[in-house]
Amino acid sequence: MGKRTALYATHVTAGGKIVDFGGWDMPLNYGSQIDEHHQVRKAAGLFDVSHMTILDIRGANTRAFLRKLLANNVDRLKQPGKALYSCMLNEAGGVIDDLIVYFLTDDWFRMVVNAATREKDLAWINQQAKTFNVDITVRDDLAMIAIQGPQARDMAHAVLGKQAEKVHELGAFFMAILDNDIAVARTGYTGEDGYEIMLPATQAATFWQQLTAQGARPCGLGARDTLRLEAGMNLYGSDMDETTSPLESGLSWTVAWEPADRDFIGRNVIEQQKQQGVKAKLVGLLMDDKGVLRNHQKVLIDGLDGGEITSGSFSPTLGKAIAFARVPASVSDHAKVDMRGRQVVVRVVKPPFVRNGKACV
Amino acid sequence: MSKVPNELRYTKSHEWIRKESDGTLTIGITDHAQELLGDLVYVEAPDVGTSYETGEDCAVVESVKAASDVYAPLAGEVIEVNTTLADTPEIINKDPFGAGWIFKIKPEYIGELDDMLDAKAYSAQIAAEH
Repeated sequence: MGKRTALYATHVTAGGKIVDFGGWDMPLNYGSQIDEHHQVRKAAGLFDVSHMTILDIRGANTRAFLRKLLANNVDRLKQPGKALYSCMLNEAGGVIDDLIVYFLTDDWFRMVVNAATREKDLAWINQQAKTFNVDITVRDDLAMIAIQGPQARDMAHAVLGKQAEKVHELGAFFMAILDNDIAVARTGYTGEDGYEIMLPATQAATFWQQLTAQGARPCGLGARDTLRLEAGMNLYGSDMDETTSPLESGLSWTVAWEPADRDFIGRNVIEQQKQQGVKAKLVGLLMDDKGVLRNHQKVLIDGLDGGEITSGSFSPTLGKAIAFARVPASVSDHAKVDMRGRQVVVRVVKPPFVRNGKACV
Repeated sequence: MSKVPNELRYTKSHEWIRKESDGTLTIGITDHAQELLGDLVYVEAPDVGTSYETGEDCAVVESVKAASDVYAPLAGEVIEVNTTLADTPEIINKDPFGAGWIFKIKPEYIGELDDMLDAKAYSAQIAAEH
């Protein structure tokens, strides 16, 4: 038996097919992951993301600590509530994890890191924090529910009732702290509008049921994966890990080089990599033939060393196979993939594939 | 719990076989197989007129999650394939033993059917997988 979120019994009752995910018993789907995917693109879907790790970092030195810890620069966060996506690098410039950090007050930031990387992340963060005198609290008392899709915000407002006033005007990538330890962030992992809502775990099941009563449909990890892939969002452990730098992972945009004297962990190595020219990059692949692209399939490119698919699946919105692949930086606009011994031509594209319900490739 | 209709025969590799009144055999994948695979997105059916040996791979079913070969349960010639699966492979998820059939064969030796698992033996096999 794995670890279970406060919503485990709710998933089982709803017919969720439970699988192991990074040590957690989580729902893969509640019947059809493709139906769940379409529901998010067209209306609203609900995801239990309580397995992710929420950290509160407090103290006068918090900003200075995060300037050192993260490849993106928390000084970009000027308005309270604003969120930032960043990689956390090791000394060799490899990605320990990707995360979202929220600026709440001058001495309080909240960070959400992945579930499967929890232990190594906490060990690393606590080790780096030693010289900064900050207080780090793991918020295992909180559950997290994502509601995503064009109707998601309206449904959430209906359930939040009077408290919804504080989130009506919430901008994209902002968080609002409500009463009773509820936090609502306009963030997500699907390419649709919506919220990620943190709340006391004891209230999670009731809140979930209220959202389903509004018409939001429970969605499992299967739909979560095809949605994020269409949206061009990386998955830690598949698309990047400690052996790859953000520059080789389609994440250059998340590295803040300015100011030049901000000495974040891993900076020296990736700066050198940038100056020497990055040899590999992460691209999107789109296949017009029948079949499904799979993780670890080889990508063949005329005259160049090959590459490899890091995330491959079927796009329910496009009705064809899509993937991310790490390939030589000089790749042209097409390549071939070795699919079970057959070489199939694919187009090389820049993700995302789908945003706000619309194809963009 | 997966459905295992009594009147069908089965293979260890999760195909089902139905004997028709004209002596031909209709073949598909079981409810248990479609549950394991999840949402199907492609079916590569065999070509009509092609003959296969017992246990030879003759079709591919692909879901969002995985690709899986379909094997000829017994030797014979393919006489018909379910062309509706090309555009609507999800029929296999919804009705694996009915509208989701994959192909029909004229068996070389119908006696081979007696070697196939019956519903009870197949149920026992899938129970043992858990």
